[in-house]
Amino acid sequence: MIIRGFAHKLGDDINTDYIISGKYKFKTLDMKELAQHIFEDIEPDFIKKIKPGDIIVAGKNFGCGSSREQAPLVIKNAGLSAVVAVSFARIFYRNAINNGLPLVECDTSGIEEGDELEINLEEGIVTDITKGFQIKINPLPPFMMKLLQDGGLVEHFKKYGGFSIE
Amino acid sequence: MSHKTLTEKIFEAHLGREPKIKEVVVVDVDFAMGQDGTSPLAIQKFYEMGGKKVLNPEKIALVIDHGAPSPNEGFSNLHKLMRDFAYEQGVKLFDIGSGICHQLIPEYGFAGPYDIVVGADSHTCTYGAIGAFSTGIGSSELAAVMISGKLWFKIPASIRVILSGKLPTGVYSKDIVLYLARLIGADGATYKALEFDGEVIEQLSVDARFTISNMAVEVGAKAGIFPLDEKTKIWLKEHGRECNKDLTIDPLANYESTIEIDVNKLEPQIALPHRVDNVVGISEIGDIPIQQGFIGTCTNGRIEDLEIAVRILEGKEVHPRVRLIVGCASKNIYLEAMKRGIIEKLVNAGATIIPPGCGPCVGTHAGIPSDGENVISTANRNFKGRMGNNKAFIYLASPATVAASCITGKITDPRRYL
Repeated sequence: MIIRGFAHKLGDDINTDYIISGKYKFKTLDMKELAQHIFEDIEPDFIKKIKPGDIIVAGKNFGCGSSREQAPLVIKNAGLSAVVAVSFARIFYRNAINNGLPLVECDTSGIEEGDELEINLEEGIVTDITKGFQIKINPLPPFMMKLLQDGGLVEHFKKYGGFSIE
Repeated sequence: MSHKTLTEKIFEAHLGREPKIKEVVVVDVDFAMGQDGTSPLAIQKFYEMGGKKVLNPEKIALVIDHGAPSPNEGFSNLHKLMRDFAYEQGVKLFDIGSGICHQLIPEYGFAGPYDIVVGADSHTCTYGAIGAFSTGIGSSELAAVMISGKLWFKIPASIRVILSGKLPTGVYSKDIVLYLARLIGADGATYKALEFDGEVIEQLSVDARFTISNMAVEVGAKAGIFPLDEKTKIWLKEHGRECNKDLTIDPLANYESTIEIDVNKLEPQIALPHRVDNVVGISEIGDIPIQQGFIGTCTNGRIEDLEIAVRILEGKEVHPRVRLIVGCASKNIYLEAMKRGIIEKLVNAGATIIPPGCGPCVGTHAGIPSDGENVISTANRNFKGRMGNNKAFIYLASPATVAASCITGKITDPRRYL
């Protein structure tokens, strides 16, 4: 799986309330509508600054807080293609993979806003094309890689009728 | 290898063999829960996955608590989806007025020692207080549990948290857990289980332990588990659960690390905006005026919390520039508080009582602050915008500190009233 896009940088401990505020997410299951409010509490008009395929680049503990699965769904529905962060909170991590949103865990300190990135998930490499350097990725656990390759938990269940971890 | 963490003991009981830390296992789930922010998506996913009938309807509950009663038509339509699904599938529904999921699940005996419980809400870790391995999941996973009865887990490494000393007057379990967040930070226990030990545990009621387990997720933990003692066993019996097995900490188990907290000199703690781990002691805080206080939530909306607050507020009045909002964590707590005269005393002091539910904590209704206001709350999160306005400032504290602050109109050490 090769993903190419431009980086949007965010800080440490970006919680799921910041990804999509509770005041919107309780009202609807329309993720396209919710996506209009992505990161609104910390960066108003964020949705206007992104193009399809762009990549979120963040610090440690991305996705902490609430278990809302709307968070990865809103990221996907905003047209973003992946999240690259130093570390992820565990519920968000599972929710993202369960919805086929690629997550990449690596050192993000050298990446700057607007850098063009290429992520090769199988080879475990992020390339900063703008700056010309590569970063090694902490690989996904095998079962999570399988879920991601299946396209998420819904597709996995449709394929196997339950969890197939072997 | 006979030395095991609480987490390993609980998983061993399900697997019928010794689990290995970091091993991925699929196990039968004893109970699963969803609330009105997560269940509608779970129902949608259930059908997308090809679900037709919930496998074990008696092991599932849906709770309408985040917007109860409904504050708008969007909420109302999602509530209807939940009500219809629960009726058709024979699943237990806790409708408006019942209370907050994390009070109801243990209160109705749906969680207990050695159980593996999951919930589509991050604070599902609350039931660790009564010896369950319980953790938050997403909506897709709740759908998967409804279809298959199972979920996969990576057995977490555990951190032993030793609480030693004697808890001083005016200092509560909320202060301990805020101090823990201060010590290890918002990701200090990510992917790990916290397991509590030490002489302070016996000084804490089960209600007080729920407060600590509830906030385990605020340091990233997957679970926050207490060993069982006589207090737990009595509590379980009162809530329809028998418990014949012991669950105790083995200091020789393979703990990844140990954290020691001496509570003897602990003072009331406050989390400053906009981070749960941005914690200071009350003596360091200075003059901070407040315009709203909130006592309630899955962290501190239990009968003991209300008793603590009323001890401070009885015969006094809430400051004229402050609104105090109080919400009981469940209908049964509300009824008990009425029976004990707590509600009357709180209302006389100037408090506004809201229906049992999450409301103000999640910014859905019943107490959204205005721009620039400071709120002191017994909740577990103070993220920017959390209470529905990203221009407000949220401080987290114990029910005692919130009560004292509502009298003076500024953040106040509760010990002056005790």
